[in-house]
Amino acid sequence: MKRFVYINDESYQNDYCDNRISNTKYTLLNFLPKNLWEQFRRFMNQYFLLIACLQLWSLITPVNPASTWGPLIFIFAVSATKEAWDDYNRYISDKQANEKEVWIVKNGTRKHIQAQDIRVGNIVWIRENEEVPCDLVLIGTSDSQGICHVETAALDGEIDLKTRVIPSTCVGLDCEQLHKIKGVIECPNPDKDIRRLDANIRLFPPFIDNDICPLTISNTLLQSCYLRNTEWACGVAVYTGNETKLGMSRGVPEPKLTAMDAMIDKLTGAIFLFQIAVVLVLGSAGNVWKDTEARKQWYVKYDDDEPWYQICVIPLRFELLCSIMIPISIKVSLDFVKSLYAKFIDWDEEMYDHETDTPAHAANTAISEDLGQVEYILTDKTGTLTENKMIFRRCCIGGTFYGNESGDALRDVELLNAVANSSPHVIKFLTVMTLCNTVIPIKSSSGAILYKAQSQDEDALVNAASNLHMVLVNKNGNNAEIHFNGRVVQYEILDILEFTSDRKRMSVVVLDCESGKIFLLSKGADEAIIPCAYSGQRIKTFVDAVDKYAQLGLRTLCLGWRELETEEYLEWSRSFKEANSALVDREWKVAEVCQKLEHSLEILGVSAIEDRLQVGVPETIEILRQSGINFWMLTGDKQSTAIQIALLCNLISSEPKGQLLYINGRTEDEVVRSLERVLLTMRITTSEPKELAFVVDGCALEIILSRYNEAFTELAVLSKTAICCRVTPSQKAQLVKLLKSCDYRTLAIGDGGNDVRMIQQADIGVGISGREGLQAARAADYSIGKFRFLKRLILVHGRYSYNRTAFLSQYSFYKSLLICFIQILFSFLSGIAGTSLFNSVSLMAYNVFYTSIPVLTTVLDKDLSEKTVMQNPEILLYCQAGRLLNPSTFAGWFGRSLYHALVVFLITIHAYANEKSEMEELSMVALSGSICLQAFVVTLEMNSLTFVQFLAIWGNFMAFYIINFFISSIPSAGMYTIMFRLCRQLTYWVTLLLISGVGMGPVLALKYFRYTYKPSAINILQKAERSFGPMYTLVNLESQLRSDMENTNISFSTTPVKNKASVYEPLLSDSPISSRRTLAASSFDIFQPAQSRNTSSYPRNIKAN
Amino acid sequence: MPKYSKFTQQELPACKPILTPKWVVSVFFLVGIIFVPVGVVSLLAARDVVEIVDRYDDACVPANMTDNKLAYIQNPNISKDCTRTLTITEDMKQPIFVYYQLDNFYQNHRRYVKSRNDGQLRDAAKANQTSACEPEKTTADGKPIVPCGLIAWSLFNDTYSFTRGNENLTVDKKDISWKSDREHKFGKNVYPSNFQNGLLKGGGTLDPAIPLSEQEDLIVWMRTAALPTFRKLYGRIYVDLKKNDTITVRLSNNYNTYNFGGKKKLVLSTATWLGGKNDFLGFAYVIVGGLCFFLAFAFTLLYFIKPRKLGDHNYLSWNRHPAGR
Repeated sequence: MKRFVYINDESYQNDYCDNRISNTKYTLLNFLPKNLWEQFRRFMNQYFLLIACLQLWSLITPVNPASTWGPLIFIFAVSATKEAWDDYNRYISDKQANEKEVWIVKNGTRKHIQAQDIRVGNIVWIRENEEVPCDLVLIGTSDSQGICHVETAALDGEIDLKTRVIPSTCVGLDCEQLHKIKGVIECPNPDKDIRRLDANIRLFPPFIDNDICPLTISNTLLQSCYLRNTEWACGVAVYTGNETKLGMSRGVPEPKLTAMDAMIDKLTGAIFLFQIAVVLVLGSAGNVWKDTEARKQWYVKYDDDEPWYQICVIPLRFELLCSIMIPISIKVSLDFVKSLYAKFIDWDEEMYDHETDTPAHAANTAISEDLGQVEYILTDKTGTLTENKMIFRRCCIGGTFYGNESGDALRDVELLNAVANSSPHVIKFLTVMTLCNTVIPIKSSSGAILYKAQSQDEDALVNAASNLHMVLVNKNGNNAEIHFNGRVVQYEILDILEFTSDRKRMSVVVLDCESGKIFLLSKGADEAIIPCAYSGQRIKTFVDAVDKYAQLGLRTLCLGWRELETEEYLEWSRSFKEANSALVDREWKVAEVCQKLEHSLEILGVSAIEDRLQVGVPETIEILRQSGINFWMLTGDKQSTAIQIALLCNLISSEPKGQLLYINGRTEDEVVRSLERVLLTMRITTSEPKELAFVVDGCALEIILSRYNEAFTELAVLSKTAICCRVTPSQKAQLVKLLKSCDYRTLAIGDGGNDVRMIQQADIGVGISGREGLQAARAADYSIGKFRFLKRLILVHGRYSYNRTAFLSQYSFYKSLLICFIQILFSFLSGIAGTSLFNSVSLMAYNVFYTSIPVLTTVLDKDLSEKTVMQNPEILLYCQAGRLLNPSTFAGWFGRSLYHALVVFLITIHAYANEKSEMEELSMVALSGSICLQAFVVTLEMNSLTFVQFLAIWGNFMAFYIINFFISSIPSAGMYTIMFRLCRQLTYWVTLLLISGVGMGPVLALKYFRYTYKPSAINILQKAERSFGPMYTLVNLESQLRSDMENTNISFSTTPVKNKASVYEPLLSDSPISSRRTLAASSFDIFQPAQSRNTSSYPRNIKAN
Repeated sequence: MPKYSKFTQQELPACKPILTPKWVVSVFFLVGIIFVPVGVVSLLAARDVVEIVDRYDDACVPANMTDNKLAYIQNPNISKDCTRTLTITEDMKQPIFVYYQLDNFYQNHRRYVKSRNDGQLRDAAKANQTSACEPEKTTADGKPIVPCGLIAWSLFNDTYSFTRGNENLTVDKKDISWKSDREHKFGKNVYPSNFQNGLLKGGGTLDPAIPLSEQEDLIVWMRTAALPTFRKLYGRIYVDLKKNDTITVRLSNNYNTYNFGGKKKLVLSTATWLGGKNDFLGFAYVIVGGLCFFLAFAFTLLYFIKPRKLGDHNYLSWNRHPAGR
């Protein structure tokens, strides 16, 4: 279970893999078999292959085998080419990473090698701003104290600099010694935990002592981090190639299948079973008929002694005859429309970010429908909801408010004057701003000072202070250098009383080098600082200031200070050190000690920082929540910040409308208790019109996810809103997985490297191409420039895609079933022997041309205008609940195809009876009847008709005649002259008209009836926007909207009552799908499959339908 | 910046129909207005057709052999001649079409319908192409049969001749097949060979001296019927027949339909623009038209009884149930 890494010893290097990174799926050799294998894992493909093979047997084939093989090979070639191209691109990017040059030590000297040749045990040298090529244990840096800074953004998405130190046993080695160092590192086998390394190192003589020295994660440089602010660093490679922490956590993204694809597959399966049943019934009936009747029909001339396989000839013939039930064209059609949906996203001007010049992009073209079925959105906070730019806006110093008029304290003349006059209050305030933090100043080459801060707030404070002429210039170890109004002030930082989410404040103890005075500088949340004020200070102004700023949505911090007596400090310092070295309950003890010092503060003032939300975030969240999507915020940030932002962007409401339930605690017991409490509250409060949300932090989540999964799942289902703070990338992914396991459609949106895993895990990953780089955007299925585009992506593109695919897929089955039912009906009149009524050409062209092209124009169909959808986002429920494609709507289409087949067949055989019953003619009449019905059905089912659609539908109908005229003029063709003959017959046209009338009459009547008397919400909005759309004046539109809003607000605060209950039930019965299924299946109908009724059961928010 | 076009922005101007009562009612009304007259005209046309059908398969079996029809038809020594008398019910204008009708005869059987080779029929050089002709490909000694296949082999071979009193009514057997078939499907230089030479004789024989393109009975027969009941043209009589005329038909009842219970009928019929006597289209049109009128009225009535305001937002379920739900 452990690996022993011998430093710089080549005899052991081959035990582990080299540093070659490989993300490719195929090699040249295994491409074909592996790709075919992958493709044949899809049921449909297996089926088509089987059919194509069966068709090679001429005894049973009703049509030419080429009609199946051609499309099949074409489909396979297309998807194989796509795969190959993607894999080639991955290969290229791997190659770049692998061939990067790095320095390693070999035989005591430094050498340049390619990154892929690094072996475990090599000593790797890295210079400033270089990327770490593999996981290293740090053994030396340019810094005399053995520290270096790394940026871990690519690994965990945190953009601050982290400090790494060399293990104590390596301190003080110089370059020469580092070249010769020998030793052994004992470390665990590769894992993906980026926060933990339990290893130890032992150096061999002659190096100092040979004691075992423990290693932690702070002694490592992990792959993909960047070395910053440090001239060089060197380390021993411990994990390489795909075994690094990053490589292990990368994981292969699974190909995503939309809910719709799954449903289509299910329906295909059902049709397949139906087909088997038909084949068995007709096959045995055919065999019986053959033995009883056909043998008497002397002209058929059956042999008396038949080969053994004769018994399965008729069933197999029916199998081939019915194979068109499952349309081979559906995959091609779906791929085509899906890539168009993706193109529409790419093209969309309203999702074009002018600020950064980035268009929206759909990297995964296959899952647009899922966008319309999203039930949970898991969003990152920083950079996704916010702009990730914190700006110091206002402050209240010693009772004076600054920045109230202009909204920007930095431009407030009064404050500038106060600074210029060195007003003591202001100076103290600025000193705290500058020193009470963990910011690292970096001098860039141009001389400007950049700050690297763990928290954006500290960054904002230090930057603001420097704008007010108090500049933190340098922080060298414990010494801080400040320039103020041209003066240089030196401070020594004695102690840092760290921030914890319990204490909600941090303090530093500094020594003013000039005066020798010791100060305690504190900053923190108001509730943590104000109670510490010295007795007698008037704190009312500060409380007022905090209230005022909070109402403005600003993040407030209270700043305070106190001068310490030297004795007091020394005494405290001792106990602080003691507490810090305590082995048990250290954190608690430290907090206790800190408490002892942080009292009697002089409150200096309140600072207000704006973490600007991106434009349109609250509206977007409002609309999406209105449409029934649940929001979870997953952030690495601290709790208070997360809650602040959540309040700002409408994610949660403040008391009394909303209530936050906290799950926290350090120990397992505490966590469990608070989890149970929250769960109980959730269950009880479901009957109150209150917006509940729970807040959980990473620590508690860790415990919960590992042990109390079930309870948490229940909570997850009950809660529409959640805030998870301080979560790691893998926890984010775990949460996504948890929601997915409850069969929810999840969408993860984020912008940083730490969101990559959740983005890959979710059903839909959306990346924001933002400040934290493009990592998330690259890993995502969709990338957008701004969060606000999400509403358009979901409500417009997702919804349309869903609607269109729902129609297209069901229609594909309908048309295939129609032709198949006609064949089956005909077989009853042809001695159940499996004769095909239609010839090969017609059958192939039926699927490929006649019926495929018109329906492809469904990509232009819009049931409701974009504006209406935005005004009534609740309509998304139809997609979410899968109302337009489910077994019951499918049953409707199934019934319709049966009805139409009966109409076409019965009318044809009666009109073309007796002397007219010529095979070719009759088959063409039936075919034209079907095509004509198709055209009418598509026209009727389209919600909006552009000229393109009109042209495609009726032009296609014309094309049917042109194609058949053409075929009819080839003398060797079976149907020579047939079409000309038919078109000259009046009977033909009369029959066609009758078929259309009888076929469409009931469809139209039922559609109208439902449209008028049992309209779905979609119908109502359609009528509203179309009948008096132009008459929508601004006034009545607004009043309409307002009343909508009011009603929805009320209903939204009330509906959870029922819904939550109904949502949870399914879990009890094990599967939420079951309830979805039963409710959906409650309606069955033939003529109106595109719209579901059940409007009364509409307001469910989560699922249940 | 993506290029702007109405297509890429999904903003193509579109016609957005809604099903208003007015629109739907007028559609049904219109359909009714069209369908009923068409139906009436079709019915009248069908009524104009005079059709005389005579089933003769049972009647032509000698009285002593009614128990064993199969023996009768399979015994070549028994004369198959038979005489039938038809009475004309209405005046019949020439041309009068003579059809034979077979019932329960599956020309569309999978085994049967494919058992032919079009190449061989068209081209003398392709006489050896007998693929798909199973099981009538070659003679016992391996010579190709022209025309091969079950369809040709089972050629219908009953013959009819008609007299009115003493006047002989000639049946014109020219041009009973499709012109396109004679010219393109059946070769002018393809002559029957080895036909009906096998052990088991099927239907009729062909004169080996006449090319296939002139064997019109064969050409008609090989236009396979799609339904088990079908009529095929035997010939035309270019004489007007008067009501109550008595026609004597002398026929030779050669074709075996007895072992599968098929019926044979002789049909004399006139024709109109709609073809033969077929009420179906007429009735269907009248009924459908009537139903359309009914629906139009029903919807109108419903509209007045239960009017619905179009697109009222109050019908939206999330507006309909305000607080307290």
